Amino acid sequence: MNVVLLTILTLVGLGVISAVVLYMASKKFYVFEDTRIDVVEEILPATNCGGCGFPGCRAFAEALVKADDISSMNCPVGSSATMAKVAEALGKVAGNAKPQVAVVRCNGTCEHRLKLNNYDGAISCAVAAALYGGETGCSYGCLGCGDCVEACKYDAMYMDEETGLPVIIEDKCIACGKCVEACPKNIIEMRNIGPKSRRIFVSCVNKDKGPVAKKSCEVACIGCNKCFKICPHDAITMADNLAYIDDDACKLCRKCVEVCPTFSIHELNFPPRKKKAEEEAAAVES
Amino acid sequence: MLKTFSLGGIHPEENKLSADCEIEVLPLSPVVKVPISQHIGAPAQALVKKGDIVKTGQVIAKSSGFVSANIHSPVSGTVEKLEEVIDSSGYRRTAIIIKSEGDEWEEGIDRSPEIKREISSGKEEIIKRIAEAGIVGLGGATFPSHVKLSPPPGQKCELLIINGVECEPYLTGDHRLMLEKGEEVLIGVQLLMKALDVKRAIIGIENNKPDAIKHITNLSKDIEGISVQPLKVQYPQGGEKQLIEACIGRQVPSGKLPIEVGAVVHNVGTSYAIYEAIQKNKPLIERVVTVTGKSVKKPGNYLTRIGTPVSDLIEAAGGLPEDTGKVISGGPMMGKALSTVDVPVAKGTSGVLIMPDELSSRKPVQDCIRCAKCVSVCSMGLSPYLLMALSERAIWDSAEEEKVLDCIECGSCSYICPSSRPLLDYIRLGKSKVGQIVRSRTTQQQ
Amino acid sequence: MEKLIVSPSPHVHSGDSVKKNMYGVIIALLPALAASFWFFGLGALIVTLTSIAACLLFEHLIQVYLFKRPSTISDGSAIVTGLLLAMNLPSNLPLGIIIIGAAVAIGIGKMSFGGLGQNPFNPALVGRVFLLISFPAQMTSWPTPIISRTAYLDATTGATPLSVVKGGLISGTPLSELMAQIPSYKDMLIGTMGGSLGEVAAIALLLGLAYLLIKKIITWHIPVSVVGSVIILAGIMHLADPEVYPSPTFHVLSGGLLLGAFFMATDYSSSPMANKGMLTYGVGIGVLTVLIRTFGSYPEGVSFAILIMNSFTPLINKYIKPKRFGEKPAIQKAYKN
Repeated sequence: MNVVLLTILTLVGLGVISAVVLYMASKKFYVFEDTRIDVVEEILPATNCGGCGFPGCRAFAEALVKADDISSMNCPVGSSATMAKVAEALGKVAGNAKPQVAVVRCNGTCEHRLKLNNYDGAISCAVAAALYGGETGCSYGCLGCGDCVEACKYDAMYMDEETGLPVIIEDKCIACGKCVEACPKNIIEMRNIGPKSRRIFVSCVNKDKGPVAKKSCEVACIGCNKCFKICPHDAITMADNLAYIDDDACKLCRKCVEVCPTFSIHELNFPPRKKKAEEEAAAVES
Repeated sequence: MLKTFSLGGIHPEENKLSADCEIEVLPLSPVVKVPISQHIGAPAQALVKKGDIVKTGQVIAKSSGFVSANIHSPVSGTVEKLEEVIDSSGYRRTAIIIKSEGDEWEEGIDRSPEIKREISSGKEEIIKRIAEAGIVGLGGATFPSHVKLSPPPGQKCELLIINGVECEPYLTGDHRLMLEKGEEVLIGVQLLMKALDVKRAIIGIENNKPDAIKHITNLSKDIEGISVQPLKVQYPQGGEKQLIEACIGRQVPSGKLPIEVGAVVHNVGTSYAIYEAIQKNKPLIERVVTVTGKSVKKPGNYLTRIGTPVSDLIEAAGGLPEDTGKVISGGPMMGKALSTVDVPVAKGTSGVLIMPDELSSRKPVQDCIRCAKCVSVCSMGLSPYLLMALSERAIWDSAEEEKVLDCIECGSCSYICPSSRPLLDYIRLGKSKVGQIVRSRTTQQQ
Repeated sequence: MEKLIVSPSPHVHSGDSVKKNMYGVIIALLPALAASFWFFGLGALIVTLTSIAACLLFEHLIQVYLFKRPSTISDGSAIVTGLLLAMNLPSNLPLGIIIIGAAVAIGIGKMSFGGLGQNPFNPALVGRVFLLISFPAQMTSWPTPIISRTAYLDATTGATPLSVVKGGLISGTPLSELMAQIPSYKDMLIGTMGGSLGEVAAIALLLGLAYLLIKKIITWHIPVSVVGSVIILAGIMHLADPEVYPSPTFHVLSGGLLLGAFFMATDYSSSPMANKGMLTYGVGIGVLTVLIRTFGSYPEGVSFAILIMNSFTPLINKYIKPKRFGEKPAIQKAYKN
């Protein structure tokens, strides 16, 4: 009997002591945490991609709660919609960052850009870029080792075996920007998704002078200024023999696409052009 | 027991095919392309424009900072244009294209073959003239020589070490220079000693060049302060830090310059160029280039003007063999593979090595078997397998702790790896990334 | 001329390969293998062939059907594992047990960690220790050399020197009497004693070591530190009480010490990378071996000692780095000439 009693007493005693210690500890080491952090974290997409510049959604939530002005902070995944909700929950003003998606600004496929030598080093764009300008005459374009695909944690990219260029699967891209960081040639850019996913961009980053660029790649931007002159919205800037379309100013009129002599300006997700079809029909008739 | 460095090292096949070929003068090329960035540091600023008439030896691009170097016209003729050409860096960079007409030299340059022995210039003047003549380290690093001759305040140079090691397989330019221009090289060494204000100079030569050791020993017998140190054949003995340790047993601490242990190292090619610059008033417009390779018909050593296309050199050596897989500027261990043979010869081009197809491709990469051979051959005492893994995974802070910046890129690890892993490829990447991080940290602190 | 090939330096390679190293180890094991055929005849042949075949089979099956990767049996590492496993088994071991050992060695010891280069423990030893614990009776019955040449399962068995000494010491017999019961040192050197296939012929193992060192497949650090530390520790103990602790010569020549030190402890992936690390690791193995042999319940302790030190390898790699260039004190002796 005594043994049983002793056992029970010992256990109860241990329990009581532990309870007291735990209680004291919880009081003494209590960390105040703003309850709003949890609320914000709920709103955030929980991808923990780090695209916002913070290590994970929780850290971003903390930063959002702490900051006085959150207009310059953006969650690239949820973009303005998410940020509006966050702003509402916190009673702050959100910026109006548009939803974005990655685009590959190089169209130097094996057909367009002739291979002049064979790379035989480690399969890594970063290593190849440190060594030389690449297998083709264009030292700005895609090296094709797939560092971006490696960096993408959301399976939103793959290397097209035929063209040798990376392809972005728009539906899967969450705009975390890891591929942009991974590309040593700065070919990948985050651009606004645009209305109905329609986008226009210069698919080339070659800064060589026109003839040199054209010689190494058929579809290079040669800096001819045609698009710059025709753009009615001042959305195009020229620098270093290269055109750039500002996606905030672009009204998607597609005039630049038509004038580009090397077809280096790309349009995505537009319906097929009626006008051209009609013109062609007319040409056939006459 | 011959002296050598203490850690690691390998002994690749020497293949010094052109060791017995006398230096020949390469005929002038009709058009030369002179890159304005042939050295470590700021690119020079072009002084000429299209249509200018230039003479051989005239300054055509001016040094644009302390760590930079003048560039002189290697030929006389008309400047055709300034254009971006692919140089041995593998990228397009600005070069001055000169159409060669005749060979008219700038006045005041002594082209006579007589050796001028008496040294009349003072310390300051020597350094100034070296800078004016655009002399850079000709061993391959192309670091402007005058910078090395101006030790930072508070540090004293005790002795000069001359690098006659030529540890790269195939290359023989320095070897031939020591044999054929030994006396001039030694006058260059004396000039360097005067510029550095030191009493002692050691010329380190590997034991696979017994003729050069004998010749230089004979010549330097009567010169006070100069001695020859025969060294055991071991790659990378030509590395500055390895050579200092091999010669005087001192190790340059991590991240420090050789002056920390009281030594300054110059190459024999550089000493020859310095002799010409001071005694003959001739700027650096030509250098000895070894053209070699197992498939080359006529391997040789050619005195080549800067800016000459590599293709001309290859022609002189019997043309590009049919089965060529790779053309390398420099030696097989540290040289750069060229993407085209139109690349011009620059100040740092020590050789042109042609590799046949079957020796050109790398073997397929296998998994690391952790055999530790890379660790045992590393002459800096690093762990290449670990550095590669860290670089592959972009863990830069650990790579910094593991001293990735100490790597001298000698390539011994990739050479020895049984799994043919691209160790140095990734270590080099890690080195440049960590270097950026460290530099941005120091600028932030300032 | 086609397009030029461009790659980062270096542009030459030593020509060394995984295969060369693995087949080098196999060549180095040939003298010991020949000795085992000489001493144990038929049994040795059956055990060796079964072990190698089983290891190759399991490696192939796992690699192709489980990992869906190309088969790696041609690189020779499975042969090395199979051969080393066989070297650690008695020559009268039934086939079934050998196959189980091979399955554990390759399956658990090697492939479960990802294959060659990833295994933290020596695969052959994992297999061997598994068998030793699971089938203690079969694993400790040692055929008598030479007489049992033509026999396999029905071989005449006897004791190993180590078990004679261990048993004798436990029952209180003085060491000097026990030494008279075991083969002479000369016989132990040549290999005329009971034991597993590969461990008996010290002289053949030494030949193998010489080959490994000449071909630069391994460095001297691990073998020397293992054997050296055994000699020193056993020597001290022997000097303290020669009637209880056997001499260092006995320790070195008996059991699997040399086989372990030369071939098992030097396994690439389970041993440290830096020279200093290798020395530490080797000393650890030597000390543990003597301690287990003297104070443990098993007569032999090399396998356990190696496996225990294998588990310290990551720690050794982390804390014992190679000697770096430039770590010598900055201001050194003034230059004299």
